[in-house]
Amino acid sequence: MNFEFSDEQKQMATQARRYLADKCPSTAVRAILEGPEPYDKALWKGLAEMGFLGVVIPEEYGGLGLGYLELCVIAEELGRALAPVPFSSSVMLATEFLLAAGSDAQKRAWLPRLASGDAIGTFAYAEKAGAVTPKTIQLSAANNRLNGAKTAVPDGDIADFAVVAARTGTSISLYLVDLSAAGVTRTTLDTIDPSRSHARIDFADAAAEPLGAPGEGLRLISEVFDRAAVLTAFEQIGGADRTLEMARDYALERMAFGRPIGSFQAIKHMLADMYVSATLARSNGCYGAWALSTGAAELPEAAATARVSATQAFQHCAKNNIQVHGGMGFTWAFDCHLFYRRSNLLSVNLGSLSQWEDTLIQRLRARNTAA
Amino acid sequence: MNFDDTPQEAAFRAEVRAWIDANAPTHLLEGLRSSGFGGLNLEGADPITLSKNWQKKKAEAGWACLHWPKEYGGRGATPIERVIWGQEEGPYGALGGVFIIGHGMCGPTMMAFAAEEHKRRYLPPLAAGEEIWCQLFSEPAGGSDLAGLRTRAEPASDGSGDWIINGQKIWTSGAHYSDYGILITRTDPTVPKHKGMTMFFLDMHSPGIEIRPIKQANGQSGFNEVYFTDVRIPDGQRLGAVGDGWKVSLTTLMNERLSIGSGMSTGFPELFDLCCRIETQNGLAVDDPAVRSKLATWAVRTTGLKYTGFRALSALSRGEIPGPENSIGKLVAGPTMQEIAMFAEDLQGQAGVISDPDIAAANGRFQAMLMRSPATRVEGGTDEILRNIIAERVLGLPADIRVDKDVPFNMIPTSGRA
Ligand SMILES: Cc1cc2nc3c(=O)[nH]c(=O)nc-3n(C[C@H](O)[C@H](O)[C@H](O)COP(=O)(O)OP(=O)(O)OC[C@H]3O[C@@H](n4cnc5c(N)ncnc54)[C@H](O)[C@@H]3O)c2cc1C
Repeated sequence: MNFEFSDEQKQMATQARRYLADKCPSTAVRAILEGPEPYDKALWKGLAEMGFLGVVIPEEYGGLGLGYLELCVIAEELGRALAPVPFSSSVMLATEFLLAAGSDAQKRAWLPRLASGDAIGTFAYAEKAGAVTPKTIQLSAANNRLNGAKTAVPDGDIADFAVVAARTGTSISLYLVDLSAAGVTRTTLDTIDPSRSHARIDFADAAAEPLGAPGEGLRLISEVFDRAAVLTAFEQIGGADRTLEMARDYALERMAFGRPIGSFQAIKHMLADMYVSATLARSNGCYGAWALSTGAAELPEAAATARVSATQAFQHCAKNNIQVHGGMGFTWAFDCHLFYRRSNLLSVNLGSLSQWEDTLIQRLRARNTAA
Repeated sequence: MNFDDTPQEAAFRAEVRAWIDANAPTHLLEGLRSSGFGGLNLEGADPITLSKNWQKKKAEAGWACLHWPKEYGGRGATPIERVIWGQEEGPYGALGGVFIIGHGMCGPTMMAFAAEEHKRRYLPPLAAGEEIWCQLFSEPAGGSDLAGLRTRAEPASDGSGDWIINGQKIWTSGAHYSDYGILITRTDPTVPKHKGMTMFFLDMHSPGIEIRPIKQANGQSGFNEVYFTDVRIPDGQRLGAVGDGWKVSLTTLMNERLSIGSGMSTGFPELFDLCCRIETQNGLAVDDPAVRSKLATWAVRTTGLKYTGFRALSALSRGEIPGPENSIGKLVAGPTMQEIAMFAEDLQGQAGVISDPDIAAANGRFQAMLMRSPATRVEGGTDEILRNIIAERVLGLPADIRVDKDVPFNMIPTSGRA
């Protein structure tokens, strides 16, 4: 037994951290948050050149052909840096859908471009507020044409293609849609975290090709979401760690009543609790990473465990980071809100915390019954 | 990252399993499995005798205190082998409860500070469970503030070099069945409090020791008051230098947090099981989304602790020394166990008040857990002290302001109301 990342994986993390410290300081995040650009194109290109967009894509499709542990460490670094790029949509979802269900032609068409960063992919799922269930998916597909609308699609305004969950009679199927095609209209949405772009996408008789077998949509979504859940957990773990560090550093610096605020127990204990959440999340993340990288049968429950724990930790750390910073924490100039925004954005990516909690217990139950 | 046993680990596991299958007291298994928190269900048999029997058997075959060196009664096993042993020992591990303080805290302290001849004399019978040890630290004047202790050790007036002990300890678990104990005392009240303490080990049957059991809030009597009246200890039983008691005690306390905190139960598997059998107003509890949400939080805390332990173990195998970050185990498990016990009572409704193991759901384990868990949040460092440790020693925040730090011990005020 060994429960640590290897030296090579740690080196990869260091390399990514150095690169991001240089190319993605918080001024770069703010440039996207405040400016007209939907994402940091130079950073995206740079990440592609480092090979980070194609870590798990097989070499024959232009990727590095490495494993998921490598991808986890990259996700963590991107989370720490709040990288304003469509990594989660393109790498954690679109790539995974293609790997899970794409035909050879589809893989050839898109994977090399995803790996090189020349194409961005995303997944279009929700249609209105509330949990997405088979009933709420009303966008319909017939004769490879889509009609309906998707909302709050991450990177929906910048993606070149989307994997779309569509109703086909009584079942749900997946389609691959070129978003520059006729009949597709995209509207950028105002969100709580403009450093990551979201859009509404309307489909009016838009041309689409099936991805995977008809009626297999829900199974594929569940499978890909489990994989993305582990990767997102690492993104959240990176954010949780960074906010804990920010709060700790500020607590050492800021004086009140003639002493550093970090000497008040109320602050010390708040930070200790943040450390506990972040530590539990990292340990659960390792469990998920192990299951993902080895294809273990426990992946469904490991993924839900990692996801619930990481969502709780990042939200907990990001909100208390503001509390530790006092009034400064509520200024635009301090970075606290950037993390607060991102923590609350990621908490509903791939389904909400309460849904994942529910999923986790269902899965534990299924396993207990089977045992 | 790899969960699977290496070939050596697998071979070791097979050896352990074969030995346990052939030697474990299988007739106790069912009782041990259904044992509550804070008590063993052994059908009236004396738990100390049964525990000693099992420990002795393990020791004879080389399975006691696996990570200790062989010459002191251990096996010289790796940290991972120790975990494998624990996994395979399973419910029989509950028979080790009375030895936890001796093996987890007194043993390591002896190993670090006792004279060689004493290590050879005392450690093997401690490992084999022939002699039980206790920890005489807390006093009425100071548990968290251990350095506030007042039990005095003074040189004997007969010039023998012996020490004469007078004072009182409190909350001493197992003092009533212990053979030896480690004792921290004050040897110099005229210097600031952390500087004037000295550690010893002593025979609990020494003349002048009086042990009075304390009835606990849960009705049991696991801990005691221990009074010392002119108890004599030879100087050779001093652990560390005179005045170095604080430093020695830190070794004990760090080992305490390691051994109490690691692998601690939160009660989650028991609760999950209950939820699969009990009804709420919305049907089976486990099908109720409100219940699920709570369960999920406790589930991820439980697995999070388990894998935090695995990560610590990997670091240990690499040769890293376990540090203050191990405080997390008890800090998470204690409050979680209490929350779980309260929720389990809530699920049982009116019948949740029944504690009789023959009638109550899950053999009354949740009621026992409910009544035991407040102690978990206090013993071996309260939740608040553990948070201080994490804040100061892991995160590097400033120490609490100590008004008594540089004051000679005998000048420190003793009543908050003065
Ligand atoms: C079941 C059980 C078994 C035990 N077994 C043993 C044993 O075998 N040997 C032994 O020596 N002791 C033993 N103890 C004693 C235990 O270590 C002490 O009870 C514990 O350290 C707390 O000390 P105290 O009781 O004096 O509480 P206090 O220190 O008086 O604490 C009271 C409250 O004040 C808080 N507090 C105190 N100081 C601070 C601070 N600096 N910052 C913030 N909050 C603070 C505490 O967190 C707590 O909430 C046992 C206790 C229990 C419950």
